[in-house]
Amino acid sequence: MIKKEMIAMLLAGGQGSRLGVLTSKLAKPAVAFGGKYKIIDFPLSNCINSGVDTVGVLTQYRPLRLNQHIGIGIPWDLDRNIGGVTVLPPYEKSTNSQWYTGTANAIYQNLEYIDYYNPDYVLILSGDHIYKMDYEVMLDFHKSSNADITLATYSVPMEEASRFGVVITDDKGCITEFEEKPEHPRSNKASMGIYIFNWKVLREALIVMKDQPSCDFGKHIIPYCHERGSKICAYEYKGYWKHIIPYCHERGNKICAYEYKGYWKDVGTLGSYWEANMELVDIIPEFNLYEEFWRIYTKSDVLPPQYIAPDSSVTKSIVGEGTEIYGTVEGSVIGSGVTIGKGAVIRQSIIMNGAVIGDGAIIDKAIIAEGVNVGERAQLGVGEEAPNEFAPHIYSFGLVTIGENSIIPPDVKIGKNVAIFGETTPDEYPDGLLKSGSSIIKVGE
Amino acid sequence: MRAIGIILAGGNSGKMGDLSAKRAVAAMPIVGSYRAIDFTLSNMTNSHIQKVAVFTQYNSRSLHEHLNSSKWWDFGRKQGGLYVFTPTITSTSNLWYKGTADALYQNINFLKSAHEPYVVIASGDGIYKLDYNKVLEEHIATGADITIVTKDINPADDDLSRFGIVKLADDNRVVGFEEKPLVAETNTVFTGIYVIRRRQLIELLEACAAEGRTDLVSDILVRYKSVKKIYAYKLESYWKNIGTIDSYYKTNMDFLNKDIRDYFFRQHPDIYSKVEDLPPAKYNGEAVVNNSLIASGCIINGTVENSILFKKVYVGNNCVIKNSIILNDVHIGDNSYIENCIVESRDTLRANTVRTGEPDQIKVVVEKNFRYAL
Repeated sequence: MIKKEMIAMLLAGGQGSRLGVLTSKLAKPAVAFGGKYKIIDFPLSNCINSGVDTVGVLTQYRPLRLNQHIGIGIPWDLDRNIGGVTVLPPYEKSTNSQWYTGTANAIYQNLEYIDYYNPDYVLILSGDHIYKMDYEVMLDFHKSSNADITLATYSVPMEEASRFGVVITDDKGCITEFEEKPEHPRSNKASMGIYIFNWKVLREALIVMKDQPSCDFGKHIIPYCHERGSKICAYEYKGYWKHIIPYCHERGNKICAYEYKGYWKDVGTLGSYWEANMELVDIIPEFNLYEEFWRIYTKSDVLPPQYIAPDSSVTKSIVGEGTEIYGTVEGSVIGSGVTIGKGAVIRQSIIMNGAVIGDGAIIDKAIIAEGVNVGERAQLGVGEEAPNEFAPHIYSFGLVTIGENSIIPPDVKIGKNVAIFGETTPDEYPDGLLKSGSSIIKVGE
Repeated sequence: MRAIGIILAGGNSGKMGDLSAKRAVAAMPIVGSYRAIDFTLSNMTNSHIQKVAVFTQYNSRSLHEHLNSSKWWDFGRKQGGLYVFTPTITSTSNLWYKGTADALYQNINFLKSAHEPYVVIASGDGIYKLDYNKVLEEHIATGADITIVTKDINPADDDLSRFGIVKLADDNRVVGFEEKPLVAETNTVFTGIYVIRRRQLIELLEACAAEGRTDLVSDILVRYKSVKKIYAYKLESYWKNIGTIDSYYKTNMDFLNKDIRDYFFRQHPDIYSKVEDLPPAKYNGEAVVNNSLIASGCIINGTVENSILFKKVYVGNNCVIKNSIILNDVHIGDNSYIENCIVESRDTLRANTVRTGEPDQIKVVVEKNFRYAL
């Protein structure tokens, strides 16, 4: 008989549109982080390091790269006879076929998968956070507090709390109220989007709520929503947190908060993504990849050591395997299999796997995705800042963002807050300059 | 492929000095991220050999640790896979392998129960890329009993007297074969790689054992050279044997050359090794690195020139490392100076350590200091 105490369901279907051209052709969990890793490596490594050996990965948006990366789970030792990693895309049914319309709906559509493993507890994770966490400790907390649901919370500065869903707890750690992005937060405990459910409780809630994928969220949610004021109703369709938890709360299930004190970073925006990468090059980074006992695993096919040529200089940087550096790199995160040409200068930038930077190129504060080719003597990040004309809320922070496999012609100059995706030619750069705030985006479908 | 693979990895080399004290030559870490046997294993898998046996004997713990899973070389298969044969006590014998032929003879059931018609035998300490199918094709075309792979080497680069020296006729038939002669007649050396028909090998091994002979080279190749048709396959591409400190050092340093790096790591096919999931190498503010290979997990605070740092090496502040090879997981304390050295793995060099060798006399550094956890 198959029996697992706790299995994990990892939500990896979102686009992460605030990462702009980085997620034009791949899901956010498949975006590179910290040189050789992908964002999804962090929750997957946490799972295996916590002894959770059964993980369902829910995919929807652009899953190819994610599927290739996960495979049968060998890099995380998640290739198991029973359990291991299973990729769960939406599928056609005899009636009622639909995409995953929300995170809870995605779980509902995979009830069979969870039932197969007959778990006592189900751990819900999202594939877009950078952290190291022992879910077993959280489970111990869940059990000892006799909770039906445990949410992981993270103390954020009070002034930032209005960006998060915050919880208000009583003195025993039990949640009494939720506030979703409150204007005047009464607590700074933000929900991390990590939950442990008693499977029976979640299963019942999912079945009761199954017909409420849209605005009509039924007699159980409405009273709760009403109680909380109408401000959050506009969000109520999709989020896990916004549907199931309030339902269970109504039912009188016990919901507990588990306070997590380690490093946790939501890399949801280009700015926070860039910052989190830059923090890795500190002398003793807050998020330390060099610890022995909680390794982060990833699929790596490049093994040879990196080569640092004569007359080159690499300082305050981390560099992946198989990379060849002939130029100057300062305060940057360089992935695997990258080539940086003679005389090129890279400062405060992220360069992902397989990118080629031509001789003499100068790159300041840029995010360069996988397989990008930057021509010789091109200059990225020149001039004064100007807001992006196409999507100012995405492309800010003065960053140049280049989507994967793009080509930047030689000798061009590119300003700040610029986004580029696709093969560009010199005539797309008037007078050889793409001024701050412009974009060239050729995504296609 | 219609052959099984056999890798002879049991050997020790006295010429490796202190480096072979704790491991077999085939398990020597090389080029930052690999072990010597990775090259032969990768060649086997890239030649589509599905069943490979590795024979180990001398100090095999490192090697066994490295071979703990066969999936890195794609040998984790239901059909075939990777077999490791160490000497065992049986009802009739409690002896070690007395030689390479004896090692094979003691496991002759492996050969007998295979169905592939040919056997590729290789040593675990060669650094090269080779598609064994090409050797096999030539073996079939010439109608040879045994085809050995040879390489012409420049006597200035290596010590010929440590190899088997081969003399070839115009059609590449082996007419002379001397094992480790005092004076080498030619500069054509035997690389330890050969192809032979499986039944032929079983016959020869049984004949050998009946006479109490134990060595594949001297008791089969050398002894049978005029009875059997032994032909040579001349290897033109890069091939090095790392059996001495000098050749080990030079082979590593060859990889500072871009052409050699590209040949091995950027051209098809790839070389595989066990993946360790180490974080990227980290260069702190004062790091100065020139013409060096740096493996994953290193943290560098000092100066590194013309050197190879293997995995997880820590270089302290104000250190200078020149023309040296620092093996896995070495901690080098602040203000140290290392030149023309090979530092043994997992060692700890205290602060202010100075170790220097000469360009033609590379020093092997073994400190065995206890490392205090920070």
